[in-house]
Amino acid sequence: MTDLTRLSLAAARDGLRAKKFTAVELTRAHLAAMEKARALNAYLVETPDLALAAAASSDARLAKGEGGPLEGLPLGIKDLYCTKGVATTAASRILENFVPHYESTVSSQLWRDGAVMLGKLNLDEFAMGSSNETSAYGPVVSPWRRNGSDAKIVPGGSSGGSAAAVAAHLCLGATATDTGGSIRQPAAFTGTVGIKPTYGRCSRWGIVAFASSLDQAGPIARDVRDAAIMLRSMAGYDAKDSTSVDLPTPDYETAVGASIKGKRIGIPKEYRLDGMSAEIDALWMRGVAWLKDAGAEIVEISLPHTRHALPAYYIVAPAEASSNLARYDGVRYGLRKPGRDIQDMYEQTRAAGFGPEVRRRIMIGAYVLSAGYYDAYYVRAQKIRTLIKRDFETTFNAGVDAILTPATPSPAFAIGEKGAADPVEMYLNDVFTVTVNMAGLPGIVVPGGLSAEGLPLGLQLIGRPFEEETLFSLAAALEQAAPRMEPPQAWWA
Amino acid sequence: MTAHAKPSKLIKGATGDWEIVVGMEIHAQVTSKSKLFSSASTEFGGAPNSHVSLVDAAMPGMLPVINEECVRQAVRTGLGLKAQINLRSIFDRKNYFYPDLPQGYQISQYKNPIVGEGEVIVDVSPTEQIKVGIERLHLEQDAGKSLHDQSPDQSFVDLNRSGVALMEIVSKPDIRSAEEARAYVTKLRTILRYLGTCDGNMEQGSLRADVNVSVRRPGEPLGTRCEIKNVNSIRFIGQAVEVEARRQIGILEDGGAIDQETRLFDPARGETRAMRSKEEAHDYRYFPDPDLLPLEFDQAFVDALAVALPELPDAKKARFMREYGLPSYDAGVLVADRDTADFYEDCVRAGGKARDAKVVANWVTGDFAALANAAGVGVAQTHVPAVRIASLVDLLAENVISGKIAKDVLALMFSEERDADPRDIVERRGLKQVTDTGAIERAVDAIVAANPDKVEQAKAKPTMLGWFVGQVMKATGGKANPQSVNDMLKSKLGI
Repeated sequence: MTDLTRLSLAAARDGLRAKKFTAVELTRAHLAAMEKARALNAYLVETPDLALAAAASSDARLAKGEGGPLEGLPLGIKDLYCTKGVATTAASRILENFVPHYESTVSSQLWRDGAVMLGKLNLDEFAMGSSNETSAYGPVVSPWRRNGSDAKIVPGGSSGGSAAAVAAHLCLGATATDTGGSIRQPAAFTGTVGIKPTYGRCSRWGIVAFASSLDQAGPIARDVRDAAIMLRSMAGYDAKDSTSVDLPTPDYETAVGASIKGKRIGIPKEYRLDGMSAEIDALWMRGVAWLKDAGAEIVEISLPHTRHALPAYYIVAPAEASSNLARYDGVRYGLRKPGRDIQDMYEQTRAAGFGPEVRRRIMIGAYVLSAGYYDAYYVRAQKIRTLIKRDFETTFNAGVDAILTPATPSPAFAIGEKGAADPVEMYLNDVFTVTVNMAGLPGIVVPGGLSAEGLPLGLQLIGRPFEEETLFSLAAALEQAAPRMEPPQAWWA
Repeated sequence: MTAHAKPSKLIKGATGDWEIVVGMEIHAQVTSKSKLFSSASTEFGGAPNSHVSLVDAAMPGMLPVINEECVRQAVRTGLGLKAQINLRSIFDRKNYFYPDLPQGYQISQYKNPIVGEGEVIVDVSPTEQIKVGIERLHLEQDAGKSLHDQSPDQSFVDLNRSGVALMEIVSKPDIRSAEEARAYVTKLRTILRYLGTCDGNMEQGSLRADVNVSVRRPGEPLGTRCEIKNVNSIRFIGQAVEVEARRQIGILEDGGAIDQETRLFDPARGETRAMRSKEEAHDYRYFPDPDLLPLEFDQAFVDALAVALPELPDAKKARFMREYGLPSYDAGVLVADRDTADFYEDCVRAGGKARDAKVVANWVTGDFAALANAAGVGVAQTHVPAVRIASLVDLLAENVISGKIAKDVLALMFSEERDADPRDIVERRGLKQVTDTGAIERAVDAIVAANPDKVEQAKAKPTMLGWFVGQVMKATGGKANPQSVNDMLKSKLGI
């Protein structure tokens, strides 16, 4: 039975339709794997009863030849998505006992299409982090290990629980969110596929906000096809989100395997960072060669404002976060620490409720928005954002279909290894991913091979707005060409 | 702004004259079924927290969606204020912590409001009109309400108002007295009510004023202002301006300086008190709300709303003057309330008959208004339909009754004859004017015969005529036609 967790989402879907096994069996296999994998700390909440009940309903529908595109497929949900009747914490103490009375639009679309929820996945607190170490409920441990080492490796962040659960076969796929790389960097670190769709493609309604102008939902899955299948259900216009875009959702799966002949792929010279490791450079060049072999045309491009993206991101994102997190004040829900007066109650509650990284970002955000600093920081960051967008527009207008870059400047690192002394060291993880959020573009990460230490490395493709299909086609070509990666040994089981 | 202070507006201090300068921020609750960014009801007076959506309570992951009706109402109001309508405006977040502000920020419009500069023409008195500039109008969310009197050691919050749409209408500092301040708010409220964009109900908090007051020596630059928050009646606005100006003059004349601060007006004590000083002032950390796209519409949207606007008070007043030959003051009084103006027009036009519009205006704004007022309602809200007032005016015009009798009949319409038409009342009660010259002559002859001494006096002093008229009217129970009595007396007395 356990080998049901070895199936891809697409294979599981086809197996269910062919009645090779039932949704309940599929769900039980995953619940059993989850139980054995608690050492990874990927799930904050497991919902076996709900999962089995949903799977039974799916079986009933499947038996009648009915059911949606995800009927009976067990998924994990990042604990930033509000789920009706199931605790939603954003991995923060401040929402420790919060149980929403509503379901996020994206997750409700998954349930509409028949998917089964296995539980809620760990993340960096309020999605702020690149290693999952800021979670108030402990870090997630990657299923991957360095060759010959049992050091605990980070799965990346903020969607570390999602990436680890997918990589360790604790679900067929998982929802994630990406504000500066939170889908793509953990996908790269865990050898999985993650896509951050175009800003506005997925509704943000019911997803705990980090930085509203950058946040976007997307899937993490084990291969490109699975990611395409999941995104089709997750995407779509939602009148409840004013920034969601009213466009039809394509059947992304049909783009997987489509020819990429003649596609023009830009290679941005500015992404060749000083001191970039030879390993990452070699990975990148392999990616170039694979796309070329598949018929794509490679062109060198320039995105001149790239180097300003990370500093600007770390102004815009904390600014929005400082305001978005103001609602966690102990008045209406979540944690409340009593105080002498209202001011004291706020201070006690927020001091106890938020971890150090969240507090740091709230402070940075409040600072850059404050009178006297607003123009020097926030306004300038917005100007940089405009220039970054223009860089991409110029490139795409010149006929480039997509841009290929490394996903991260390094492979995954060990827990406790980075950022303890200097948070900027951690922020540098996002150097290749934040530009995509700043410009609102779609970006996908696919595995490109293993590092010398035996850890996964990812390649990133950046596409034109709302042309996720092109990304799926190109990513599938990379996936096809890249060496097969053996899934990590289940050392935790 | 006028460069020269009007002497009549200056107030005397111990050391000379001072000029008051007032600018106002009016918070007007938008008339709409649902809130600015949520579908919760805006109805007044629901049980606490009965009109609260997930968005209003700022639950995690909730997002605002603009209510288009509120946008239309703001544009209508802008048009009514003859203001610039901005086809692109931006919602910003004003960040501060308060228990009745669930999001931790108020969504407002900071640098790019939906409505720009406009103006309001204000009649301060029958002889004085001023123009008050409008700086801007923007849309924003109202806050909830903290309840401190429900428990000895806890406060409660009612979020029914949280997220209700407000229009903040900011005037330029063009107001120079308490009287002008009152007149401005009154006029603004009239315009809002005409437009149907705010009910103007100050008791329910639908209209609140923040009053910025400063004083200066005539011709000097603007002084430091204090903002008096949340004044909730027009009378209090006048009082607040008056006492705050006096307070500031007192400080300045004693050699002190005014601290820029926020103050509260306490009507019971007739004073203003500091709320918080500048040092404690919030840094609101405004920035564009990333949950909302810029608010954009095209000129056609504005034009469609403009075409559908009702006739506004200034236009109606001009028309009343032109069409009905009314003096400016009468027309102004009539149009101050849309229902009153409509009632007046109904009276003038009732039954399709021509009647003297000025006489109708006199009745509507005079005796009838007084009776309505005594009954605690507006002219248009009494039990008396317009057609009966028209009928009363017609009886006068037809010489069926005298002015004196008309007043009596009107009083009866508010007492014993609430459901009757004046024509029936006059008929039934025999109040018709006596125009029969034989009857009048008999009465005149009787009075003349009985008062030979007065007759002699009248011949020397014709103003004595009035005494004779009074006697004849008395003898005829007020029903004699005064003109006939006059004419007959003159001929009999030979004057």
